[in-house]
Amino acid sequence: MEAGYFDGPGPEARFKAYLAEGRFMIQRSRSNGAHVFYPRVAMPGTGEADLDWVEASGLGTVYATTCNRARPEHGGDYNIALIDLDEGPRMMARVEGIAPDAVTIGMRVRATIGEIKGEPAVIFQPEGAS
Amino acid sequence: MSLRGKAACVGLATAGCGEAPGRNAMELMAEAVVRALDDAQIPLAKVDGLFAATAFHSMAAMSLAEHLGIQPKFSDGSNIGGSSFMAHALMAAMALDAGLIEVAVIAYGSNQRTAGGFKSISEPMPFEAIYGPRNPITAYALATSRYCHEFGATREDLAEVAVSARAWANLNPEAFARGPLGVADVTGARMISDPLGKLDCCLVTDGAAAIVLTRPERAKDGPRTPVYLLGAAMEHHHRMISAMPSLTTTAAAASGPRAFAMAGCTPADMDTVQLYDAFTINTILFLEDLGFCAKGEGKDFVRRGRIAPGGALAVNTNGGGLSCVHPGMYGLFVTIEAIRQIRAAAGDDEGPREPGGWIPGARLSLAHGNGGVLSSQVTSIWGHGDTL
Repeated sequence: MEAGYFDGPGPEARFKAYLAEGRFMIQRSRSNGAHVFYPRVAMPGTGEADLDWVEASGLGTVYATTCNRARPEHGGDYNIALIDLDEGPRMMARVEGIAPDAVTIGMRVRATIGEIKGEPAVIFQPEGAS
Repeated sequence: MSLRGKAACVGLATAGCGEAPGRNAMELMAEAVVRALDDAQIPLAKVDGLFAATAFHSMAAMSLAEHLGIQPKFSDGSNIGGSSFMAHALMAAMALDAGLIEVAVIAYGSNQRTAGGFKSISEPMPFEAIYGPRNPITAYALATSRYCHEFGATREDLAEVAVSARAWANLNPEAFARGPLGVADVTGARMISDPLGKLDCCLVTDGAAAIVLTRPERAKDGPRTPVYLLGAAMEHHHRMISAMPSLTTTAAAASGPRAFAMAGCTPADMDTVQLYDAFTINTILFLEDLGFCAKGEGKDFVRRGRIAPGGALAVNTNGGGLSCVHPGMYGLFVTIEAIRQIRAAAGDDEGPREPGGWIPGARLSLAHGNGGVLSSQVTSIWGHGDTL
């Protein structure tokens, strides 16, 4: 492995720092080209310590979706979905810009960086939505 | 060396199932241990192996040993969620077979219902928590959405699972939720996380349980019909639902075949099938993954009362986590129902049930545990002495 690979902030801190700069970054293994999310210290399964940070395309497909029901005084209904990124990895996120129970499996979505409770978060919108 | 038949359950008990006001989780767990030892007619001082996990105690085995005033030679408090207790049975069998211990007790206790509601053992999941999943329900709802998408299952299919569980509960005076329940009641219940409504979700009850295991050579010394651990196997593939490889196939597809191989039997041999039904989707996924039907056919398998009393397969005969009891981690209750069916068929007094509630001739029972968010899967197979 490269000298200094484990130096400095860990993968979670780096991911959050990128997000705070408005960048959605994921990892990619130099040796086998596979993308990784969530951020890890080494390639899952092989332990190869060769993960680089790359910009995510932000494009993905809804793999599973649910609408968490909540009373309006508690913020109202909201979506939670699993998104298969075009690069391969899957992540939990919300799809917004559409009714939370109108999100469908197979829907093409695009990432934006929004905010949930004051924290920057990757949030998806149906592709084509303005 | 196979562990087949190397441990036998010689005593069991539950305590405080439903609501147990005024008693804490440790007190309920200790009561279950005392009752299980009484069932086995083994003195507390003989217990030298202790296995426990709860949502209330970070070091449950130590806390329980101290409360009971015993000094275990071997203990384990591994917590892999609701399937921990099937894993404990596997480890107890190993410790018994290795000669490390003589008498193992596996225990669980919870007063979550009277203490204010569902008690989670889970820390927030990194990279998920910000989105506000209401775990475990959100995770199971996501899996359900995917299952419905891939195989065309409907909310009515899911409801069949809850309706069958209730029909079993209606034969069991010990069950917490009894009374008529139809498919329309389940599909019409308040939605929690689409496509799961309130009646697709397990109960939130109090309850404690304990079982006593010994080596087979001393198992026949007690008053109860010994029930032998014939096979057990575990596997897990993820912790967070977003890291589950396929939301429609669980690690039970791996644990099941290994448990059956150790036991030397097949799904078709099972007289009763006890599955950890935290949500209606669980029963369908586990019937498929454990080999009772093909992938995608679980939704058809559960239709028209086929897993209800009098149906093709006796599934979750106590009423399950959906209608009998679910005090947070349900695995030991699954195991106890598997064993009690065999004891009842052998003539032990297991208390009254309505006709059909005890399965005549039951010799082999499967007890399958699930933990986390479809994460840890542990399959165990129990048998009457005739099956050794």
